[in-house]
Amino acid sequence: MSVLLIAEVLEGQLNKDSTAKALTAAVQLGDVDVLCASSGCGDAASELAALQGVAKVLCANDASYEYAIAEPMAALIVSLADKYEHIVFPATTSGKNIAPRVAALLDVMVISEVMEIKGADEFVRPIYAGNAIQTVTTADAKKVMTIRTASFDNAADGGSAAIEEIAAVACDTPVAWVSNEVQKSDRPELTSSSVIVSGGRGVGSEEDFKLIEALADKLGAAVGASRAAVDAGFAPNDQQVGQTGKIVAPQLYIAVGISGAIQHLAGMKDSKVIVAINKDEDAPIFQVADYGLVADLFDAVPEMTAALE
Amino acid sequence: MKILVPVKRVIDYSVKARVKSDQSGVELNNVKMSINPFDEIAVEEAIRMKEAGTASEIVVVSIGVEKSQETLRTALAMGADRAILIKAADTVDTDIEPLAVAKLLAKVTEEEAPGMVILGKQAIDNDMNATGQMLSALLGWSQVTYASKITVDGDTLNVTREVDAGLQNITAKLPAVITADLRLNEPRYVKLPNIMKAKKKPMDIKTPEDYGVDVSPRLTITSVVEPPARAAGIKVESVTELMDKLKNEAGVLS
Repeated sequence: MSVLLIAEVLEGQLNKDSTAKALTAAVQLGDVDVLCASSGCGDAASELAALQGVAKVLCANDASYEYAIAEPMAALIVSLADKYEHIVFPATTSGKNIAPRVAALLDVMVISEVMEIKGADEFVRPIYAGNAIQTVTTADAKKVMTIRTASFDNAADGGSAAIEEIAAVACDTPVAWVSNEVQKSDRPELTSSSVIVSGGRGVGSEEDFKLIEALADKLGAAVGASRAAVDAGFAPNDQQVGQTGKIVAPQLYIAVGISGAIQHLAGMKDSKVIVAINKDEDAPIFQVADYGLVADLFDAVPEMTAALE
Repeated sequence: MKILVPVKRVIDYSVKARVKSDQSGVELNNVKMSINPFDEIAVEEAIRMKEAGTASEIVVVSIGVEKSQETLRTALAMGADRAILIKAADTVDTDIEPLAVAKLLAKVTEEEAPGMVILGKQAIDNDMNATGQMLSALLGWSQVTYASKITVDGDTLNVTREVDAGLQNITAKLPAVITADLRLNEPRYVKLPNIMKAKKKPMDIKTPEDYGVDVSPRLTITSVVEPPARAAGIKVESVTELMDKLKNEAGVLS
């Protein structure tokens, strides 16, 4: 039996990064067909066909798939499910929205945020925001799962899979897209940025958070914040990194004036390189930091920013 | 309109989860337990809808061990009207999977006939992020996940959703299943007199058998281990040394 990978295609645009990483996981399970469902997904389908490891691209071109609304997407995927043992999504907000719906319609459990594939029915996934790692086996005939993209490398280009047009499945959905409010900031998005500079309570005020932003801009980084900084009003909610905020795993995470509460560590400790700048040498953040600098952030951060000029 | 709010009893978010030495799971005995933070946000949203006159009654339901009553009492103290406990586990180590939870909630929904179900987007223990989507599928109700703003306009919901790229606005017809994201609201603090009052609010106690639902798990947990520890880091003496290490040792700065 083969694998059906659901590509993330929103408004005709392929999210190549997350899809190519999920593909690296999917090829470990068998021959991979990729579903490209969107309105006008021709370019996305061609990009997918060029990824190494894709056996075939199934292209469903219909307006009802343009915003990946869960109801029509799940109806389409369920209609294809007979031929596949594994149905795999990238663990993006879109994938995590649709996968459990597909699983319930097939009467199987969903396996969320898979970080390692041990066999056709054995998977490793984080629980408690990554504070514990669980291995599960499933007895379900079909395995529906989302892939934690930070755990897999990108599949390479260089493939030449066939593209097969498939029919849309009629679905009378009670949900309709209205508009997007994409963040106006020129900075990269927090969960996909390769560098993040985060500020904590130690930054002291909303005004002084500009120091964090200035360093981030020099690094081309996203700006994050601890829950303490968000609760104190220094930074907006959508910048919160932690167990109840965003879970991030960039190449470089710079924690400034962050003590390192469990809540916060749960959201960033999978980062490749962690830098901590804090004047309290006993701060718990230093226990997870690759490079710790015991210093006053009001001296150290402007110095770093200047050094990057 | 009646609103149904499912809530889960989980380890308090401020407590570090500790893996048991036999690798069977996370230590849950003698650990502070609380309402799942995202479910608390769902309860708050339902109460605000009642205060605004959109909702008439709030029923909270929890599925788990007997002690989940405490979680339900928290929701009642916040302002929910009555509670249903479905006693589905004898020990705190038995976690009922989202598929089974969704099946039970579908039965409760048929009985209670609410106009909407609001629940947290995920529980902070198993991080499955699945129950709301599954319930929506089983009921055939509008699926509205990761809500950060909800307004009700007749039989239509206007919802702002948190998605990877930012925010997305959608409309959804009622009835609907809505999952609450972090930014939907800030839950109120419970006042002592309300805790006392909550003790007198009605609570039905049921079992999965009452609803004819099989809650046996589909997944077998073969091990639970600590995540790999990070290699010990070093302290640097200056910004200059830090920048040098990031460029030449870690290779993360060009």
